[in-house]
Amino acid sequence: MSKDIKVKKGLNLRFKGEAEQVLVDAPKSKTFAIKPPDFHAVVPKLVLKEGAKVLAGEVLFYSKYNEAVKISSPVSGSIKEIVRGAKRRVLEIVIEADAVNSYKEYGQLNVATSDSETVKNRIFESGCGAFIKQRPYDILANPDDSPKAIYVSVYNTAPLAADPAFVLADQKAEFQEGLNALKKLTAGKVYVAVNAKSSDFKDLQGVELLNVSGPHPAGNVGVHVQETEPMNMGDRVWTVGPEDVAIIGRLFLTGKVDAKRTIAVAGTDAKEKKYFRTYIGANVADLIGQVDESKSRIISGDVLTGLKLSNNQYVGFYDNTITVIPEGNNYRAFGWLPFTYNNIHSMSKTSLSWMFPNKKYDVNTNLNGEERALVVTGEMEEVMPLDIYPMQLLKACMTGNIEKMENLGIYEVIPEDFALIDYVNTSKIEAQEIIRLGLDLMITEVG
Amino acid sequence: MNWIRQRLDSIKEPFSKGKKYEKFAPAINALDTFLFVPNHTTQKGAHVRDAVDLKRVMITVVMALIPALIFGTWNAGYQYLSQIQETVGFWEAIGEGAIKVVPMIVVSYAVGLGIEFAFAIFRGHEVNEGYLVTGLLIPMVMPVDIPLWMVAISVVFAVLIGKEAFGGTGMNILNPALTARAFAFFAYPTYMSGNAVWVSEAGNLDAVSGETILGKLAAGTEVPYSTMDMFSGLIPGSVAETSTVCILAGALLLILTKVGSWRIIVSGFLGAACMAFIFNMIGGSFPDNDLVNFPWYNHLVIGGLAFGIVFMATDPVSAAQTYKGKWIYGFLIGLFAVMIRIFNPAYPEGIMLAILLMNVFAPTIDHYVIEGNIKKRKNRVKAQVKTAV
Repeated sequence: MSKDIKVKKGLNLRFKGEAEQVLVDAPKSKTFAIKPPDFHAVVPKLVLKEGAKVLAGEVLFYSKYNEAVKISSPVSGSIKEIVRGAKRRVLEIVIEADAVNSYKEYGQLNVATSDSETVKNRIFESGCGAFIKQRPYDILANPDDSPKAIYVSVYNTAPLAADPAFVLADQKAEFQEGLNALKKLTAGKVYVAVNAKSSDFKDLQGVELLNVSGPHPAGNVGVHVQETEPMNMGDRVWTVGPEDVAIIGRLFLTGKVDAKRTIAVAGTDAKEKKYFRTYIGANVADLIGQVDESKSRIISGDVLTGLKLSNNQYVGFYDNTITVIPEGNNYRAFGWLPFTYNNIHSMSKTSLSWMFPNKKYDVNTNLNGEERALVVTGEMEEVMPLDIYPMQLLKACMTGNIEKMENLGIYEVIPEDFALIDYVNTSKIEAQEIIRLGLDLMITEVG
Repeated sequence: MNWIRQRLDSIKEPFSKGKKYEKFAPAINALDTFLFVPNHTTQKGAHVRDAVDLKRVMITVVMALIPALIFGTWNAGYQYLSQIQETVGFWEAIGEGAIKVVPMIVVSYAVGLGIEFAFAIFRGHEVNEGYLVTGLLIPMVMPVDIPLWMVAISVVFAVLIGKEAFGGTGMNILNPALTARAFAFFAYPTYMSGNAVWVSEAGNLDAVSGETILGKLAAGTEVPYSTMDMFSGLIPGSVAETSTVCILAGALLLILTKVGSWRIIVSGFLGAACMAFIFNMIGGSFPDNDLVNFPWYNHLVIGGLAFGIVFMATDPVSAAQTYKGKWIYGFLIGLFAVMIRIFNPAYPEGIMLAILLMNVFAPTIDHYVIEGNIKKRKNRVKAQVKTAV
């Protein structure tokens, strides 16, 4: 079964510094870390104390409000430090890793012959439930729900991001097994979005293939949901990252949580632009070395949705890209003159960069202006393939008008769907942040 | 450039956080950002950003206004000089026009930006660039002989009541430049309408016929201009509204850069053409009304219609914001402009009131367009409930 999805609205960003498709094993980091803030709205209840020994796949903490939501350790070792921030919030659980991983045994399980309850229990008790995210709200899946459908996207259209087809090239069997397991979690379908132009993944079994083409955000799950089974109030769908499906697959094939992570190192300031294989929560220094932070920015994730890291911090739980780009903390004389500085990419026709659609641009972190009132209309709609009115929804979120937010489709979006709006909007409004705050308001008010 | 940068940094020093003049920082920042795009980097959200900013957009509009402004300046001089002497040189006319027009622009910017800066400092936000356009539009839609103090008071009214009272840039309901013109129109009607204000000194020179075409049509006198004159703009009128060809040059820039909505511009002209065409059709029943029988294509090139549709109706803040809404909004502006023109000879130019009226209704138009989207969503839920039952 398959379905074609052609996305028309959006924007392909071509930046210099793509990762070369070469896979190397990263030197195993001395320390790894799991960062509870990666799991939005989860208040961690720690299971282990500093100094305790931990096996790979052993639970580190669970959610204070739902014990079934567990997060486990990606590597074995001892807990070196629990880093806390303001109000004693847990920021990082740092693990001093063993040279060779020893795994907690969950035992092999034949997915095909097991019932869905057993499969679900296995996934959540091993901490692999942390890989499953829920829409709406972009939070961890609740094991008590049974989702309408499950979406996996193996087509990443974000700029400079890892190519899932390359990442999964040597994990195909595990990926298929993971999909089989996910199939047990829902009464509906499991959708896998693939690049319509490539032949990868066309032989997957038991899933609904979505052949996606078009500009970014064509690879984002939000678009696929709208084109298949649009979200209504009260609906729940789950999404899982591509390599995370393979980890779930390995859990059933080997009985271990083998949290391998393939990370694309990209961006013009990265020394070695390659794919590195390591484990979740690796120390970023082992991938890119030390970087002069006044000149370059390290981003865990892609340039649109990632988080800023410092030297020696740890890669985010879900991230499979590290981007290093120059900091743009310089002035540009008369930079506001139309048709000047065409070497900086712009969707706006006030720059001549539209004349070179295939040119790759150098990119830095300069805001290229200052925050202003919302004046220009129509530009957000051009990069928003979802059937919503982005500016009106943003305004509803800013004013906290819950009824309006519901009417305008807040359940259909998560922050990443507004990443391009962050990029293109003239007034430099922080759209992703506004949507995140709006979703948080919905969680507390509606649940 | 580095030297200027260093000088600027040292000038800005006492305005930085915690220093003596911290409160006045928006003023100095506004000046700084006119020389340099600041060194601000992204702190949250997407780490990279498009090269466009509000200043770039606003400057593009100003650039689009330049042809009409230059022509208007020349025309102001030409209309005056051609009445009192045989031949008029190009630079002579420009010089004569500039003496009239430049002081109006200076007053408009000085007063308007003064208020903008004061509000930015008072409210602690950065100075928005919107007034760069408004400040140029206001003198361009005034009669050439209007006293400067009237320009100043109109600007004060437009910025204070039209914009800041609603919360500043981005929040205003009415187009500020048109608010200024409407204020002047109703407060000082003798300076803003009639047959003696459209050509400089027309009231003092017997030989001068300074009536606009619309005025002549309303009064039933003969129109001595060809369609080509009307299109090129060799006619009396507000400073920059007369030359349709220069306005279309500006429109082209706005549309190509996507700064102005082509939907509004196209539908605006369509609406005006439709309305005028309908009146032409039924013109036989009104043999005495010259405006009804005035050919529809001529309606498009006289008065402020083209200027209003291209530069005023497209103001994104006061216009409709949805694609569909823009079509409706533009069409109705054109429609009402011609309707007011023809039916109400007391207001020989209808575009100002048509745009202000539609400014007020733009949120309502958007409301119904968005309601369609909301309904789709609700129907989906209904359908789901049905299948579940």
